[in-house]
Amino acid sequence: MAIESEVLVIGGGLGGLTSALAAAREGADVRLVSYKQSTLRQASGLVDVLGYTPDGDGPLTDPYEAIPTLPAEHPYRKVGVQTVRDALSLFDDAVPTYEGDHTDANALLPTHGGSIKPTARYPAGASAGLASDTRDTLLVGIEEMVDFDAPHVAAHLDATGVPFDVRGETIRFPGDLRADAKVTRYAKLLDTNSEVAVRGRMVPAREALAQRVNPLLEDEQRVGFPAILGDDNPGAIRDALSDHLGVDVFEVPMGPPSLPGLRLEDALFAALDEAGASIETGNPVVDFEGEDRIEKVFIEKNGARIPNSADQYVLATGGFVGKGVESDREGVYEPVFDCHVPHAADRYDWFEGELFGDHEFARYGVATDDDLRPLDASDDREFENLRAAGSVLGGYDFAAEKSGSGVSIATGYAAGQRAAQEAR
Amino acid sequence: MSDAETPPDFDPVAPNTGEEFEPVDVFPDSDDFDLRPGADSCYKCSTCDTNCPVAEVDDDFPGPKFQGPEQWRLKQSDDDHEIDDSVMDCSNCMRCDNACPSGVPLSQMHNTARGEYVSEQMDKLSVEYIRNRILANYRTSAFLASKVPRLANFAMNFGPARWVMEKTMGITSERDFPAFAKQTFRDWWADRGGQAQSRENARAARRRRGLPEDADKKVAYFHGCYSNYNTPEVGKAMVRVYEEFGYEVVAPEQKCSGTPMFANGMLDDARRHAETNVSSMSELVDEGYHAIASCTSCSMALRQEYPELFDIDGIDKVAENTFEAVEYLRIHEDLKGEVQAADVDGDLAEEFAYHAPCHSRNQGLDRQAVELFRDLDGAEVEDVGDSCSGISGTYGWKEEKYEKSMEIGEEMFEHMEHAEGETGMTECPTCAMQMEHGSGYEIRHPLELLEAALVE
Ligand SMILES: Cc1cc2nc3c(=O)[nH]c(=O)nc-3n(C[C@H](O)[C@H](O)[C@H](O)COP(=O)(O)OP(=O)(O)OC[C@H]3O[C@@H](n4cnc5c(N)ncnc54)[C@H](O)[C@@H]3O)c2cc1C
Ligand code: SF4
Ligand code: SF4
Repeated sequence: MAIESEVLVIGGGLGGLTSALAAAREGADVRLVSYKQSTLRQASGLVDVLGYTPDGDGPLTDPYEAIPTLPAEHPYRKVGVQTVRDALSLFDDAVPTYEGDHTDANALLPTHGGSIKPTARYPAGASAGLASDTRDTLLVGIEEMVDFDAPHVAAHLDATGVPFDVRGETIRFPGDLRADAKVTRYAKLLDTNSEVAVRGRMVPAREALAQRVNPLLEDEQRVGFPAILGDDNPGAIRDALSDHLGVDVFEVPMGPPSLPGLRLEDALFAALDEAGASIETGNPVVDFEGEDRIEKVFIEKNGARIPNSADQYVLATGGFVGKGVESDREGVYEPVFDCHVPHAADRYDWFEGELFGDHEFARYGVATDDDLRPLDASDDREFENLRAAGSVLGGYDFAAEKSGSGVSIATGYAAGQRAAQEAR
Repeated sequence: MSDAETPPDFDPVAPNTGEEFEPVDVFPDSDDFDLRPGADSCYKCSTCDTNCPVAEVDDDFPGPKFQGPEQWRLKQSDDDHEIDDSVMDCSNCMRCDNACPSGVPLSQMHNTARGEYVSEQMDKLSVEYIRNRILANYRTSAFLASKVPRLANFAMNFGPARWVMEKTMGITSERDFPAFAKQTFRDWWADRGGQAQSRENARAARRRRGLPEDADKKVAYFHGCYSNYNTPEVGKAMVRVYEEFGYEVVAPEQKCSGTPMFANGMLDDARRHAETNVSSMSELVDEGYHAIASCTSCSMALRQEYPELFDIDGIDKVAENTFEAVEYLRIHEDLKGEVQAADVDGDLAEEFAYHAPCHSRNQGLDRQAVELFRDLDGAEVEDVGDSCSGISGTYGWKEEKYEKSMEIGEEMFEHMEHAEGETGMTECPTCAMQMEHGSGYEIRHPLELLEAALVE
């Protein structure tokens, strides 16, 4: 016997989760299997659709307008503008704590590096921080968190010409935390509002934090913290801090490890559970059986190979970081189904001499037809019942275009929905 | 513990392994573990740190990234580097293991560092060492206590004795010791007629199901200490469910899986037990048996920790052929279909608040019970969230860890309270202890519900 489903999604990142959700909402019996935790825990949690063109033009005001001008092999061109919109609607519905769906225009958000980033959807926690908002801003850094140097970030933001005054101050987080406390430690303290010792007195954490910031506040109308304000109850924590401070409070998205990414992951898994899908994480898919069609795949568990079979499969194993695409001295390959990955034969053509140059490898990934089915070297479908989604796809450079999450959501949605329709 | 009530050979104040203990070098041949490739693949993304339940509440715990790749490097680059004692604060929940996108073997690194710390740096006469050793060797205490269950149940929870245990040994007096069963699983099994009876039952079930009577369906049950001494009803459910599907069950000779020993750095103790377990299981595997465990920490130990830590003949073979009890049926039978067609009434027609143990999560089984029982008429299983229960085996029994353990568990307690049901469910005996302790609920094992649904 094998563990059976109609649609089997391989990979539990943004691509796989959206795929499974789309398929489940289409009514299919869906199973999602994923090896390790996805790159969401490292990503900012912002959902970028398209911030710059592949030629570096931007920041773009309307990403949808720019999609038809992208190169033909770009994943957005394969699925089309309408699908990108539909996919984001699914996302908006599944993750109600995100904002940005009131407009087609990109929002401009301050980053923890002090730059401004065009993005399509952002967590509610970041919304009081929009760079287009003209309210003066105080940024508060935590002494122990070297990734967010508030005065430095403020100076950078100021230099980008934001339409407000911005200042940075650094505080010690209340309580006696170790110098390299984890972001989850701060979040937990604020979530539970546990008491911390401040000058010999025990004070609830939210209040204690506000007390540290209060004397620093001049006439700014909003205060930004690095994204550490809770894991389970971020809204309640922001409200409490706002009350204590008398101004709006927001979070600046941070680099890895990222609480907003973690919260987004939780929200998507919860939506998937709600939609009735089965989920298994912790073990990799290592092999498959089948010629033109995939009959079954094998999940490896400590040496045992567990067969899983389905009618339709979605490959959403990620790019180089997620280990969905790998390379060795011989070449670049996709390790699960050995799908063809187009790439330059000479390794020296994979990258440029410059660190931030236009590297080819950034666009490496499987090539597909318009139905997202991977193609082999002679442009024939690798398998009848396999589609690919997310950063395992080639033809785009998410870091340069600021399109990572958007491509994963759009292609995940398309692959999941079509797989479900075909499985019926 | 008061002398008057103490069974003569049950003395919790001295190491109670029943065997002489010589502290030995755990890794005489330290080349055994070249963890360098693992350490090298760490790219410091800190995903592991976001999973650590201890780092979330303990201001002094530096987290898995430090305990794993960083500590390992420090040790390699500097011969005099002493292992940081914070490694003893890791509860061995193994959540970090499951997290790393780069496949760094974090728990293996923690386990080896802890073993080395205990064997080379820890004072063997310290109260902490002795206490840890007693907690880790639960099987020995349980074995003795099960000889006089009523007396032991009384003595172990006798107030003044508990006060002394906390003061002199650092075993928290906040908790109730688990009750010992009047009849152990193994005694029940023997009384019932052992393997011969199981063969007969399996054959009868095959006839009922229209399967060939001599079908090759046989499993070796690794019941572990807990279902033997404390919750034999779980073991009985496992046997009855398997026989219902036509499997012949054997209950081979076995010792502790070693889980509490790994967590306390007692690798030498663990190895001795592992040798017995691997030897009896590997013989059976050769005869076509699969090893089945009802405790997720036991299956975790046999599947992952053994091959990561020990080099014993047959160890990989045993790992490959070990399964969790419900998982195995999901793979080999149409369990989903049978559950969908079944219903429960009576005692187990309940709403359950289900908690997935960390060690089941690590085997990809954290969703199994919820998904399996989704369509079962008469019972409802609700997941109470993905937090750690906080007890992590022996961790929550230590006086200095008790508060942290409860703080970690807080989220689970809250979710249990909000859940519809007032009965808990989990696969892990110590998680069950913590759930019961924090909520007052009675806790059942998924196998018990399965038995109620599928067995006449
Ligand atoms: C540091 C960083 C910062 C980023 N910042 C942003 C940002 O600000 N805005 C934005 O829009 N995007 C950002 N991105 C990009 C965006 O997060 C990714 O493009 C997107 O999340 C990729 O999702 P995915 O599902 O395609 O792949 P992944 O997230 O890589 O997920 C792949 C999953 O597949 C699993 N898997 C791999 N192999 C197997 C196998 N054999 N069997 C089973 N499972 C397998 C992996 O364990 C993993 O869970 C960032 C990415 C990174 C790394
Ligand atoms: S998750 Fe893995 S790669 Fe990331 S910091 Fe931890 S050990 Fe290193
Ligand atoms: S095993 Fe658990 S407690 Fe130990 S470092 Fe890893 S996540 Fe933390």
